[in-house]
Amino acid sequence: MARTRFPADAGLTSRMLGTMFLLGLLYVVFVAVLIAILKSWLVIVLIAGGFLFFQYFFSDRLALSAMRGHEVSPEQAPELHQMIDRLCALADMPKPKVAIADNDMPNAFATGRNQKHAVVCVTTGIMRKLSAPELEAVLSHELSHVAHRDVAVMTIASFLGILAGIVVRSSIYSGAFGGGWGRSNDRDSNAGAVILLVVLASAVVYALSFLLTRLLSRYRELSADRAGAILIGRPSLLASALVKITGDMGRIPSRDLRAAEPLNAFFFAPALAPGFSFSTLFATHPPLDRRLEQLARLEAQLGRPA
Amino acid sequence: MKFLDALLGRSKPKQPKLDALFGVTGAAITLEAAAGMRPTGQAAVCFKPASGQGFAAASEELKGLLELAVTEAGSTLEVSDDRYGYRWVVLADPEMEDLVTSVHLVNSTLEQHGFGPQLLCSVFAFTDDAGRRFHLVYLYKRGTFYPFAPLDGERRDNELELRVKATLGGDLPIEPELARWFALWGLPLG
Repeated sequence: MARTRFPADAGLTSRMLGTMFLLGLLYVVFVAVLIAILKSWLVIVLIAGGFLFFQYFFSDRLALSAMRGHEVSPEQAPELHQMIDRLCALADMPKPKVAIADNDMPNAFATGRNQKHAVVCVTTGIMRKLSAPELEAVLSHELSHVAHRDVAVMTIASFLGILAGIVVRSSIYSGAFGGGWGRSNDRDSNAGAVILLVVLASAVVYALSFLLTRLLSRYRELSADRAGAILIGRPSLLASALVKITGDMGRIPSRDLRAAEPLNAFFFAPALAPGFSFSTLFATHPPLDRRLEQLARLEAQLGRPA
Repeated sequence: MKFLDALLGRSKPKQPKLDALFGVTGAAITLEAAAGMRPTGQAAVCFKPASGQGFAAASEELKGLLELAVTEAGSTLEVSDDRYGYRWVVLADPEMEDLVTSVHLVNSTLEQHGFGPQLLCSVFAFTDDAGRRFHLVYLYKRGTFYPFAPLDGERRDNELELRVKATLGGDLPIEPELARWFALWGLPLG
């Protein structure tokens, strides 16, 4: 009957749930503190909401332009389109837009707020570096990001960080111009204390939400690895693609990395950036060992006789 | 449930729908009567081979079963891999009903071993009076069919495809989203 060879990974699911719960808790506490201290909290939430809205709805175009990717038609990249066509038919999902970025760094990412607006982008570097089956494994990892709606999840998760950042900044500005949140000269010292408190609280919230979103991002990566490997039925292919990419990226001197200025911004703040890069160099991605170990476990499950 | 799965990043492998496959026998009769299009007696099952001993065992059993079925029904069988890493089991039998049964045998064997999610599509070859060839593709995960009429130079005969769709509308579940009528260039059917 309908069944699969892969049992659900309850540990990964529960760790992810725990992280989401902590983020939600942090969010509730932070908003409560804001309401208690400030009267104009509504404005701040609205500003942060605007950011979120913008990021959510333009994530596909933002990430593509950051990576200098351009959409390609089936005539321009027939092999790539065929691979994605077939993977989408296997996974039963609508086909995303396909893009290529002229960049020597081996990387790939998926973005877009839902399956209808998704874009999968690969660099020319990764297409040269990987064999066709390995590229297909990377694509199935990226398609899993689309299926899991990771852009939407991470945008919402990083909302708190943006909110806290805006509070810190606007508090400092309003403090510097002497107005303060109270807007009353009689209560100048009082307003100063309130602002200090808000800045402190926001800084703590920012730090905590930063760590939690990174943690969540790592779990999403592991989930995408898992789902991608299961989709193509060959976990080792994804593992070998990972080894090839990280090995190459590790050998690139840091000067080269810094020279790729827009990419740097994209990589180092991925919780705020609307895309998912495939590289494992940064804290948004779990360490290579961890990913390889998970893939080896899946491979072992495949090996067991029925 | 779907929302929760997305939230927790645990999309499940999609299981194939096999029931609609038997509708091909009736559809072949409709095609011949209404448009003069006949089956060529060839069909193929396409799936993604998985790694590991589990899949090797399933393949062995499948081979044994198929060879048995083939010798009984007097049909032929060929296995080939394409350049995208998918495996094609090509079956030939003049009787449409036997052909569909053989295709179903491949499906159910893979499914019993837990490799149902590996099934991509199955294809039935047809030809019309003018000698133009087209294929009826069954998408397992959708449970729908669509026509695929390749021309030289990786172009498609959209007019013929739409005509087949119009003819078969009532008999088979035709894939409503045209974006999912993906091309299968170089498929190993004559």
